[in-house]
Amino acid sequence: MNWPQTMLGAAGPHARGVESLWWLFFWVTTAVYVLVLIAAVLATVRRNRPVDPQDPAASRRAGVAIASATGVSLVLLFILLISSVRTGRYSIQGLADPSHINIKVTAQQWWWNVEYESTIASQRVRTANEIHIPVGRPVLLKLQSTDVIHSLWVPNLAGKKDLIPGQEAAFWIQADREGVYRGQCAEFCGHQHAHMALLVIAEDSGKYAMWLESQRRPAADPPDEMAKRGRDVFLSAPCVMCHSIRGTGAGGRTAPDLTHLASRLTLAAGTIPNTPGHLAGWITDAQGIKPGTRMPTIGINGEDLQALLKYLQTLK
Amino acid sequence: MPADAASPAAIYDDRAVLEETWRPPAGLMGVLSAVNHKLVARRFVVTTMVFFLLGGLLALLMRWQLRRPENTFIGPDLYNQLFTMHGSTMMFLFAVPIMQALGLYVVPLMIGTRNIALPRLNAFGYWVFLVGGVFLYVSFLLNMGPDAGWFNYVPLSGPEFSPGHRIDTWAQLVNFTEIAALVGGIELIVTIFKLRAPGMSLNRLPLFCWAQLITSFMVIFAMPAVMMASNFLALDRLVATHFFNPAEGGDAILWQHLFWFFGHPEVYIIFIPALGIVSSIVETFTRRPVVGYTAMVLSLVSTGFIGFGLWVHHMFATPIPQMGQSFFTAASMMIAIPSGVQIFCWIATIWLGRPQWKTPFLFVLGFIAIFVLGGLTGVMLASVPLDLQVHDTFFVVAHFHYVLIGGAVFPLMGGLHYWFPKMTGRMLHETLGRWTFTLLFIGFNVTFFPMHLLGIHGMPRRVYTYVPDTGWGPMNALATAGAMIIGFSVLLFLVNAAWALRRGALAGHNPWGAATLEWATSSPPPAYNFHPLPVVEGRSPLWDRSADAPSVIGIRSDCREVLVTRVLDAEPDHKVEMPAPSIWPFVSAMCLGGMFVATLFTPWGFVVGAVVATIPVIIWFWPKESDHAGRAYRHDRSNERAA
Amino acid sequence: MTRLIAVLVLVLGTAACEREQRRFNEASPASGIPQTLKMGQLEPGGSAQQVTIQSEYDENAWAISEGKRSYEWFNCVGCHSHGGGGIGPPLMDSRWIYGSEPENIFATIMQGRPNGMPSFRGRIPQQQAWQIVAYVRSLAGLTPADARSQRDDDLFYKKPEARTPQKGPEGQPGRQP
Repeated sequence: MNWPQTMLGAAGPHARGVESLWWLFFWVTTAVYVLVLIAAVLATVRRNRPVDPQDPAASRRAGVAIASATGVSLVLLFILLISSVRTGRYSIQGLADPSHINIKVTAQQWWWNVEYESTIASQRVRTANEIHIPVGRPVLLKLQSTDVIHSLWVPNLAGKKDLIPGQEAAFWIQADREGVYRGQCAEFCGHQHAHMALLVIAEDSGKYAMWLESQRRPAADPPDEMAKRGRDVFLSAPCVMCHSIRGTGAGGRTAPDLTHLASRLTLAAGTIPNTPGHLAGWITDAQGIKPGTRMPTIGINGEDLQALLKYLQTLK
Repeated sequence: MPADAASPAAIYDDRAVLEETWRPPAGLMGVLSAVNHKLVARRFVVTTMVFFLLGGLLALLMRWQLRRPENTFIGPDLYNQLFTMHGSTMMFLFAVPIMQALGLYVVPLMIGTRNIALPRLNAFGYWVFLVGGVFLYVSFLLNMGPDAGWFNYVPLSGPEFSPGHRIDTWAQLVNFTEIAALVGGIELIVTIFKLRAPGMSLNRLPLFCWAQLITSFMVIFAMPAVMMASNFLALDRLVATHFFNPAEGGDAILWQHLFWFFGHPEVYIIFIPALGIVSSIVETFTRRPVVGYTAMVLSLVSTGFIGFGLWVHHMFATPIPQMGQSFFTAASMMIAIPSGVQIFCWIATIWLGRPQWKTPFLFVLGFIAIFVLGGLTGVMLASVPLDLQVHDTFFVVAHFHYVLIGGAVFPLMGGLHYWFPKMTGRMLHETLGRWTFTLLFIGFNVTFFPMHLLGIHGMPRRVYTYVPDTGWGPMNALATAGAMIIGFSVLLFLVNAAWALRRGALAGHNPWGAATLEWATSSPPPAYNFHPLPVVEGRSPLWDRSADAPSVIGIRSDCREVLVTRVLDAEPDHKVEMPAPSIWPFVSAMCLGGMFVATLFTPWGFVVGAVVATIPVIIWFWPKESDHAGRAYRHDRSNERAA
Repeated sequence: MTRLIAVLVLVLGTAACEREQRRFNEASPASGIPQTLKMGQLEPGGSAQQVTIQSEYDENAWAISEGKRSYEWFNCVGCHSHGGGGIGPPLMDSRWIYGSEPENIFATIMQGRPNGMPSFRGRIPQQQAWQIVAYVRSLAGLTPADARSQRDDDLFYKKPEARTPQKGPEGQPGRQP
């Protein structure tokens, strides 16, 4: 689960623009700070002071020094202001592209509902907490929220954008190299704000196309007896009230779509890795891992649980 | 001089009678009905310091939870309450009130008058504040403390997503504390404008008083916004209005605008009085007045104005158009200029003066080192693209602690060490004071500097824990260690204060050799502050005093009379009688408090409570006949200046 | 005097503590359906007092709000609307065909009922079911007013539960109240 989540490892044009801006600001402000500190220290420790602390000539010279320092500060601030506005403009307008991909991201307490849009219904893909994008192409994220304000933030790729209920926001991202980039919700949204991460997986267009194709397919039939039993367990348990698996009767829309659960890298919005052991723990004790989450504690155990896990692992 | 024709021979300028007239009443009734500004302000300072300690304890608990990944010391529900209580305590119950409290103590002394204007209102403000603070903490102990952040964004804090009454507690707390703040602000404005000593024209007003004046104006414009916001939220939650309901025509962003329109000036309301404290300390401990008085005053004024034009920089991540956002970037950067001018003026003052390495001065040096760094990260945050990366991360937490602790708490500690002798008559222990400073400085930087790095490396705010793979563990552990050091330094300060109250060296009138008027009377000052009332001849009254300096005569000693002067030039205008101690401010505050608490549970609480709360207010304001007829009367001015 | 204050705080404390408690991970107040549950009051030889299980969730604002969420997510709204009924009977009136005590409502949800009420046994976990029970009782005004939910951030379809007057169950048809 060790993926980068930092604004200093820019992997896309947005983040790169901000990273250079950061270094400009950093060096200018550091220089100013060091100069001010030196002045303050010297002022405090120096010898050779005027006999009369209120000496008017010395006060006048001090006034000139203050005025010049203020003038220099003004010029520096202006430079920073112009650079900032220019970088900001590029972030919005620089990426628009008629052939972009549309992805609708709906934030809920406390997970990310990701839907790949298409005019053809059977080609729509619904997944959770992971966004796959092709390298080098701009992607338009349409951001909505169904409950409270959340904020989408993948620092390696771009700055953040708030998802506000009642409004849809448009947000461009683009990755310029392959990799898995971790992001996190950045607006306090309730009990499990701390565990609302997401992954943006940038891959080359061939791999991306393959991934999208496989996601479009409904769930495969279970290959063996145990997995069949697992599917039956799934369909008779509370799972179907909230989750959906395309290709079965389960059609719940209020929780993540599980059709390709096994293809995802993490569970519970980036909280735990996607392994059978962790999945078992999540099913039987979600409240222990992520107290307050909407996933209730499901009382399945023993062979039923093993069968269910087997089935869920076939959902690649 | 002409005597008042309507009453028997009045007594003027008699110290013994003055003492009798101004003596605060004894016993419990005395405590509840006191209107002397020093008594009320001392109480206020102590109460806010208690809240500071409580808020600090909450922070230590938070840091202990965050010290390693997936820590289970505190769960999400309690953690959310902790950071909300910490923020609300520090912002509403500590930072603004203590600056006002210090002002309420020092300003009447510094301008050479006997009491604050509107003394009963002052007492009322304190009681309302106390009830509000106690109410918040009792609620917290009853599991009813707010838990959606001190900023309470809707819809999370709205009726659907925050069930129960936790958020209603916050909404009412705001009513309590902002009424107290407004009341304090009004009094300070009236006092500074109308009760200055003769000769203290506005261009001789000490910079501390300028800071308090500007802050008070800011309070009047900013506090109503948050009261409106919190009352809209209370209405949404209690009686199903739709101010913030997007489905019925409301807007979630409206909350943010209303809150931050208050929230940004709020931090300047905290910061500007601290600038006044710094000016006082720098003047005293460099033995010269601050360089560039006019520039300093204009900087304070412009900071106050520009401070109202920055609020959207808290909302850069919302879908506000970029052109609008750029305006706020420009304003947020521009406000660095007046602050910068002030820093340069202080450095120039230190350069030219003769620095004395006493504890208050050390705190000023610490202020410069820490605040300037915080101000520069603020310039970074003013930039929209940069802010979009570090907004709502620990970078912002680092920034605002640098500017708030560096820019307000350090000067405050300096101010407390500076005015402690005046308030109590005893000197604090100098070595302990230096250790307090050193540990606070080190502890603070160890705690908050790593947070810059945490924010840059992706750690969002308001998280009760984090997964280990992020690598944030070591920096968090370091920050927790620093927090312990801060706690220890505060403890040292308390030990120092407790020790000094019993064993500290007796302070005389003016242990620091300072220039302002509060040092012209005994430590602690008598109830009537000065006898005789001083006349001012320059910006640094005690240093500019000539050998045959005049003073005011003709003020009655047998009733609570003060001299009212003109706003611009402080020429004597008339005399007015101040009210005697009264229990009605206390009763009014309790009834008002009852009304707010009852409103939490039922809208009828507001209706019935309003009626009940009005009754003591009417009794309070009922005009009284008194021996002295309570009339203002003018004296022939040619007699007032007699030496 | 201090004792009085301490008692007051304790009394208030228990009230507030329960209303505001967030019970994330706990066994449901009562697992399963009690053996003593009766669906009607008719009994040969006079009726014995029915043992009612106190639902802690009645006073728990968070549980009622979670119940409201589940009520919508599990599509109770489809038949009962937001308490006004439609295909199914209204839930905000005082007529209870199968009883209004918490265990009665729980049994109704778990077992299903004739004429279209599905059985949710095995589909709705125990804790969620008890939360829905508390919410349904709040629709009818049977729970304390201060813990009931307020308006949603949705289109305004009816008065919030906390604004409806508190009333008791008025008895089954044909029985003494």
